[in-house]
Amino acid sequence: MARSPLLSRRATLLGLTAAATLGKVSLALAAAPTEQRFVVVILRGALDGMAAVVPYGDRDLVGLRGGLVPKRPGEADGLLDLGGFYGLHPALPGLHLMYQAGELLPVHAVSNGTGTRSHFVAQDRLELGSLHEGITSGWLNRVASLLAQPEHGEAALAVGPALPLLLRGPAPVGTWMPPGGAHGDASFYAELAAMHAGDPATGPAIALALQERGFSAAALAGMAPLPNQGAFPSLCAAAGRLLAAPAGPRLAALEVGGWDTHARQMQRLPPVLKTLDEGLSALKDGLGPVWQQTAVLVVTEFGRTVRINGTQGTDHGTASVAFVLGGNVAGGRVAATWPGLAATKLFENRDLQPTTDLRAVAKGLLAQHLGLGAPALEAVFPDSAMATPMRGLLRA
Amino acid sequence: MDAHPLHAMIRFGLGRRGTEPLPADARAWLRAQLQDPDPALAAPISSTLAALEAHRLDREMRPMEGQTVREELLRRADTAIAMRILAETDSPFRERLVWLWANHFTVSVHNGGVRALVLPYVQEAIRPHVTGRFADMLHAVIRHPAMLWYLDNQESAGPDSPAGLRAHRGLNENLARECLELHTIGAAAGYTQADVTEFAKVLTGWSVDMGTASPGFAFMPERHQPGPKTIMGMTFPEGEAGGDAVLTWLGNHPLTFRRVAERLVRHFVADRPAPADVKRIADVLHETHGNLRAAVLALLDLPGAWQPLTKLRSPADFVVASVRALDLPEQDRPEMAGLMSHFGQPLLSAPLPNGWPDTAADWADGEMLLRRADWAIGIAGKHPTIDPQALAAASLGDLLGDANRLAIQRAASRRDAVALALAAPEFQRR
Repeated sequence: MARSPLLSRRATLLGLTAAATLGKVSLALAAAPTEQRFVVVILRGALDGMAAVVPYGDRDLVGLRGGLVPKRPGEADGLLDLGGFYGLHPALPGLHLMYQAGELLPVHAVSNGTGTRSHFVAQDRLELGSLHEGITSGWLNRVASLLAQPEHGEAALAVGPALPLLLRGPAPVGTWMPPGGAHGDASFYAELAAMHAGDPATGPAIALALQERGFSAAALAGMAPLPNQGAFPSLCAAAGRLLAAPAGPRLAALEVGGWDTHARQMQRLPPVLKTLDEGLSALKDGLGPVWQQTAVLVVTEFGRTVRINGTQGTDHGTASVAFVLGGNVAGGRVAATWPGLAATKLFENRDLQPTTDLRAVAKGLLAQHLGLGAPALEAVFPDSAMATPMRGLLRA
Repeated sequence: MDAHPLHAMIRFGLGRRGTEPLPADARAWLRAQLQDPDPALAAPISSTLAALEAHRLDREMRPMEGQTVREELLRRADTAIAMRILAETDSPFRERLVWLWANHFTVSVHNGGVRALVLPYVQEAIRPHVTGRFADMLHAVIRHPAMLWYLDNQESAGPDSPAGLRAHRGLNENLARECLELHTIGAAAGYTQADVTEFAKVLTGWSVDMGTASPGFAFMPERHQPGPKTIMGMTFPEGEAGGDAVLTWLGNHPLTFRRVAERLVRHFVADRPAPADVKRIADVLHETHGNLRAAVLALLDLPGAWQPLTKLRSPADFVVASVRALDLPEQDRPEMAGLMSHFGQPLLSAPLPNGWPDTAADWADGEMLLRRADWAIGIAGKHPTIDPQALAAASLGDLLGDANRLAIQRAASRRDAVALALAAPEFQRR
């Protein structure tokens, strides 16, 4: 099995910590190194940031992608207004409540670095925090190794069927697996069905079995929304409860897919946004009072094209949106240097131009929320001096 | 497509292991695997004697509550060895033959005393004969304790034997019937109930002696029906030699050769074997007195052998092929036998003596195929460093269609992409 040289070294490092990553998270009573909680949610597949946080005030928007823009705020099923220029997609009512409570801060036109439109490469960069040859651990794992380690259990927890690259590395990490085994996102099964559609032996059988699992024929044909197959909301609820425990973990990572909306985005995206919205609301509920000590960072590997493609979807782009949320987040506003959508402003005449480095957002949170100083930030994100930590993410 | 190396590795093997070298000459590579000796004959699978001793100990000294019985420990250890052979072998063609014949001569772990015997049975009664004469395998199988117990021959007694007269014990015709119907000439051969009864009488006394220092097969004369017996017009002498003579006759019967040929062609070439192909292989068996190596090598020259793959990997095949494609170190491998059960084909546990079916339609259940995809998502998540495009290219090469190659390349995450490579329709083929 071929692996890239960069990754094979990581695999050996992982071998050293494999024992520490097995088993359930420890809830042993031990003095915690910090009372702050920090959660990273990875949206795999590239969220269309302009569909989630719609710059409806930009006069070029409708001309570029009118078919993807919901109705204006105030209309039935319209956008949920974020202060007159941006609006949240109507499938995100829970996030809108947090926004209104001043606990949600969308950061727009963020980028994880340009130069690739490959999911795999961009997700590696998102999770490793760098594409330097020498970097083989995930950046959240490096954060974990900087925190004082608890006497028992692990400081960091992966919630879900996989241990993401983000959390892999020398620091011990707990894993919490959902009962019932691994499942893919609905979009994975739709892709699988498409791959088998032309096969007389397996195609009809797989389509039928997916219908028994709640996928309508119309959904498999892309003509209706996919069912909510993700366990994401229940994983978020579990993560919230585990993080709320006094001696529980302080860092956690979750992931949710379904964002790669190359076709029929108006049908495919809303249920995925709804899943995200329900999940983040469940996370807040699960944390209870600890929500006040929690910061959540929601990130994706890149954005999507500004224009609609030939199949009513969008292709791989550049800048997208990130979300910062939590009880002490200085939210109720959108943080962005909006680049504009005029033809001359687009990145390579197709994508939203990035104006904020995602690492600046992450570093700002690590500094303000976890108290990491400049040397620690440099250790977490090497060679990121140009990405100055974003200020004012938390209330003083 | 002629003698395409990956095609050969999939149709006649267990799938490519990681990036193992592709054979320059696929036919030569396959032929070489059938040269003796079989390296896996030296594998430390328990002996039949050890399995029988474990069975006897478990019966004599019942394990305490909560203790695992010796037979089960032995079965688990042997299963792990058998799975390691499948995952790592350099003679995958030979392994395919071993499991093909183990299925032809089905026994099941669910038959009480047989549990610990199944893998020793495969190792001692099947494996040594897959490139030898079919009749020799038949002899080894019918006198193995696993088969004698599985098909209930151990208690069968001739009504006129000393044991029959004394204890009013009688015939059990199960083994005789299945040997005719499933193992050799087949129901279409036209034998009658009287022939089955006669064969059952021939086999009386073929049993398992658990009362000696070395438990194992024993011919027990006090249970044997006296006198000669006639089956389909052929007369066979009294005694153990009579049974051997019947097996030699059945094992070399033209109808048996025809059914062996049909099974080989169906397994390796096409769900519906072409009559000309079956005749060709049956002729080879006839010419060579049942030489299975010659028959199997003749498969390589059938035109259908190099046509596009149309058969489906059975659950067991899929598990083995996936583990080989991922080429994980042993400690990272999934528990293979458990997965085979999960996908619908528990190891050596076919529900009936006719074994697992062998056509694509039998393994095309949608939910079971989805389970393969669910599992693939899980294993891909555990190994986020696997390069999905390299995996697909190594294991399928140009057998993967362009559209599906693109779908893997464009998947939303490395995890989805690895899972799609393993769940792709092309990966289900063999």
